[in-house]
Amino acid sequence: MNVYQFGSRWSSQNSLWPLLLIISLATLILPACGSGPDTAEAAPDELERAIQNKGSDTLVNLALAWAEKYREVDPSVSIAVTGGGSGTGIAALINGTVDIANASRQMKAEEIAAARENGIDPVEFTVAIDALAVVVHPDNPVSQLTIDQLADIFTGRITNWRDVGGNDAPIIILSRETNSGTHVYFLEEVVRKGDKENEDIFAPQTLLMPSSVGITSEIRRNPNAIGYDGLGYVTEHEKTIAVAKDSHSPYVRPSVETGADGSYPIARGLYMYTAGEPTDVIAEYLDWIRGPAGQAIVAQLGFVPLTKE
Amino acid sequence: MSTTDLTTNHEIEDSSPASPAKRLIPTEWREFIIEGIIRVAGVSTIFIVGLIFLFLLREGLPAFLDIPLRQLFGKARWYPIEGYFGLLPLLVGSIMVTVGSVIIAVPLGLTTAIYLGEIAPPWQREILKPLIEVLAGIPSIVLGFLGWVALAPLIQRFGAPTGLTAFTGSLILAYMALPTIISISEDALYAVPKEYRDGALAIGATQWQTIWRVVLPAAKSGLVIAVMLGIGRAIGETMAVMMVTGNAANIPALGSNMFFQPVRTMTATIAAEMGEVAQGTLHYNVLFGIGIVLFSITFGINSLASRLVGGQSTRRRRGQL
Repeated sequence: MNVYQFGSRWSSQNSLWPLLLIISLATLILPACGSGPDTAEAAPDELERAIQNKGSDTLVNLALAWAEKYREVDPSVSIAVTGGGSGTGIAALINGTVDIANASRQMKAEEIAAARENGIDPVEFTVAIDALAVVVHPDNPVSQLTIDQLADIFTGRITNWRDVGGNDAPIIILSRETNSGTHVYFLEEVVRKGDKENEDIFAPQTLLMPSSVGITSEIRRNPNAIGYDGLGYVTEHEKTIAVAKDSHSPYVRPSVETGADGSYPIARGLYMYTAGEPTDVIAEYLDWIRGPAGQAIVAQLGFVPLTKE
Repeated sequence: MSTTDLTTNHEIEDSSPASPAKRLIPTEWREFIIEGIIRVAGVSTIFIVGLIFLFLLREGLPAFLDIPLRQLFGKARWYPIEGYFGLLPLLVGSIMVTVGSVIIAVPLGLTTAIYLGEIAPPWQREILKPLIEVLAGIPSIVLGFLGWVALAPLIQRFGAPTGLTAFTGSLILAYMALPTIISISEDALYAVPKEYRDGALAIGATQWQTIWRVVLPAAKSGLVIAVMLGIGRAIGETMAVMMVTGNAANIPALGSNMFFQPVRTMTATIAAEMGEVAQGTLHYNVLFGIGIVLFSITFGINSLASRLVGGQSTRRRRGQL
């Protein structure tokens, strides 16, 4: 039915208009596509010294706080911070799209090799310590577990809370996605108990959450869920589990103090990686982070500051 | 269709006063140019689809060459950072969520369309149609957020071990596919000539008999397209599904509660892991391999739809126009 209308509309008026429109649009768009990226990249460098900072979601709040505070120290430097996970940051460093990659785990040998292949030599800086808290719903009667029990839970060998002294209810395992450094650290130090030969992996029924918030909100509404997260992200709706290295060791709750003195067994370094030895702006920024001013912010956000060596 | 089109064109052109542009370029040339442009536009679509498929093949084919098919489609798990590349859990996840959404959305969508097209009085239709279009305009992430905040706790309260399940994903997807199914099937019903209904009613059929025996069979091809497009919408959806299905790469055991288990879909896997992989690694290739599988599935659904619709019914549709 509509066909007639279209035909008449096209021919009674000037039928060249669509053609002219297409051509003029094409001439407008095509050159813009070609020159776009170059101008966009060059401009900020001249006006302002910019640092691209990307990676670990564990570090993202800390990195944001540092970037914000550093504005007062040196207003000419602007720092863009994005999260996405340690793997994301490291991949970006390998692909040469960031200045500093944040990571909550150390780079793997094959990642370093991949970076070198692209002509990038990653340099590691430890910027803070993070105690990894194992969290459950506040109503869960279980409040202490050994590393062995945690490994059994997260690999799916134990599937009911009753086996670790809790209610008769199935255990819902929560984890971050595999691109999270926290995931990899937890896999190596808890699921595999730090044993390099151990090839255990998370149980297939593990729910992989795209963000820390995902874990927090599921723990909050599910009394049978267990998850893990950086101490800085634990909210009052979650209960932290006291963890013991083995059945003879004391159970220790995670805190800034127990993380700093080494008595809490699941604590790890947080890292920043630069492409090659850092130069002027980036070097100054990293020095400031690792100095007293930067480390004061670390403690404020619930992470463990670096101890003075 | 095309012949009537051409003749009307000429008639109107001849009678209309000649404009400057028309004097510059003869009619034959203008038609040649316009036809050329239309042809380029039409062919470019095929060309672009071809390019996309080539690109997918280039990036994804190494996955199928380097990993034995027995691992890809066998009992292996999906845990890419340790080299476990079993696609079966992801495939099952996608299929479960999609099938679930179709089971929910198709009856709901078709009955809504029948009500709107055949039964509802005009004033109700005027209220309902815009509302359905609003439903179509809701960004998927908003529906995902709704599912995450409101739907998941509700499903958990009904006894599921967690609210993040395949069923939650199906519900959200069903609501995403509904506007597509409703508006396309309503169009298909609308295209059924009034004479069919008049004829049926005249020989004494009730309204329900008219709808069930006459209108629905006449609109069959359009309804099939509506359902297929709905399925296409569901299987490709990513963000909302990622938020509500729990993303556990696990094949739920067969049984009554299998839809109340968390699953991980192919689309969510690509979205969650694409940012992490370094280009050129096996994991990167496998993610593109998943893209190939998804592409093949949607391609299969579309060809199935055109086969179901094709032949006789196509000619009938043309006749109606």
